[in-house]
Amino acid sequence: MIKYTEEHEWLSLADGIVTVGITQYAADELGDIVFIELPEEGEEVTKGDEIVVIESVKTASDITAPLDGQITEVNQAVVDDPATVNADATEAWFFRMRVTDEAAFDSLMDEAAYKEMIG
Amino acid sequence: MTELRQTPLHEFHVAKGARMVPFAGWDMPVQYPTGLMSEHNHTREAAGLFDVSHMGQVLVRGESPEAVAAALETVTPASVAGLQPWRQRYGLFTDASGGILDDFMFANHDTHFYLVVNAARTDHDLGVLRSVDGIEVEHVTDRALLALQGPLAEEHLARLVPAVTEMVFMDNRVLDWEGHELWISRSGYTGEDGFEVSLPEGAAVAFAEALLADGAVWPIGLGARDSLRLEAGMPLYGHDLSPEITPAKAGLAWSVPKVRRPGGSREGGYPGADVIGPELDDGPSRVRVGLRPEGRAPVREGVELFADETSTEVLAVVTSGGFGPTVGGPIAMAMLPAGTEPGSTVFAELRGKRIPLTVTDLPFVNLHYKR
Repeated sequence: MIKYTEEHEWLSLADGIVTVGITQYAADELGDIVFIELPEEGEEVTKGDEIVVIESVKTASDITAPLDGQITEVNQAVVDDPATVNADATEAWFFRMRVTDEAAFDSLMDEAAYKEMIG
Repeated sequence: MTELRQTPLHEFHVAKGARMVPFAGWDMPVQYPTGLMSEHNHTREAAGLFDVSHMGQVLVRGESPEAVAAALETVTPASVAGLQPWRQRYGLFTDASGGILDDFMFANHDTHFYLVVNAARTDHDLGVLRSVDGIEVEHVTDRALLALQGPLAEEHLARLVPAVTEMVFMDNRVLDWEGHELWISRSGYTGEDGFEVSLPEGAAVAFAEALLADGAVWPIGLGARDSLRLEAGMPLYGHDLSPEITPAKAGLAWSVPKVRRPGGSREGGYPGADVIGPELDDGPSRVRVGLRPEGRAPVREGVELFADETSTEVLAVVTSGGFGPTVGGPIAMAMLPAGTEPGSTVFAELRGKRIPLTVTDLPFVNLHYKR
């Protein structure tokens, strides 16, 4: 199941590991992405921490940790070629994290709620 | 907030799927669905059409062309009197302390002068011009202004107006298209060959559609206009130019020719001449340079620069910065102390880290004008 945050992240959960990226809507709004900085593998993060920097041709923005947990893996491919995020944001994941509380994942928005939010 | 003004091409932009944003009081297209990066590249590789109707178009008349030129030289350090009929130059309005109040293009249209000024400075500039004795100032508000830029610009404008092939960089002509009077200039703000075309507002959409008809010319938004001008090393008023910046510091000494400098036959006589003239002779304390940040992170306007990794003394502040699609990396401009050699390194403070930037000459890309 895919969940969404108000920060326009998508999250998918498998075996206690959550994979995180940004939505296609967010990628389209940002415009051509030219730079991505990801957190360190092993980093302990708290929900709301600014852990990803995204720079597009137009603007700079931060992505915050969607949940509490520990970063287990980052996707170097999006750092090497940020344009892949614009091309398919649902494939171009940013990082994976082991979440402290899986129930917190379940309380995030589902697709219908996210679609309603972006209007 | 006052309502945003719309250019004659507003519906055209919306129909093409443009994202509209407020700019200098106007509702303008920042990008079309293809996006800034591909619009930028298409302009460099083929041709792009820009709506710049928000810019101020001004006609200045007087008793004689000589009288108008002499009058204009009281408000700008440019050489107006030296400009031949149907040629165009770049000029600055300056204040009493030598600062820059705006930059503009002016052309000698034989019986009068035609000026194009920045949208945000149009009211200001009209005030400056109307304060000058002996000239009549007309703000042209019933014409659109389009820029067609890129290596294929000539070919596509010539489909509609064949005589443009006879023009070279900074030439002006008045030419006809289907009964409409076009004021055409071979110039632009991208570093590429191209044209700016002023035309009656009622003909603007049909003319734009005719240029776009075979698909080779794309409409381009203000986003790519900014990345194109930044790569071309061109300053933008309100960012790289301001009342705190003199012509010499801005790297625009060339816009004040010898004849207007101390010892010249028409020296001085414009606001700030006592500051600007000597500074051009002695050399400025700072000068606008290019910067190439290491890595891929853009270093944007307002970011502070330092001499080394530990210094706490701010050396300069970035005046324009972003990503250069043709350069393939981030680029920026700032005014560094005079004598800073190309190839030397300064540091930007970015998210708590010091990023090295290499000082470079401007422009960042080769210019392709038809001389």
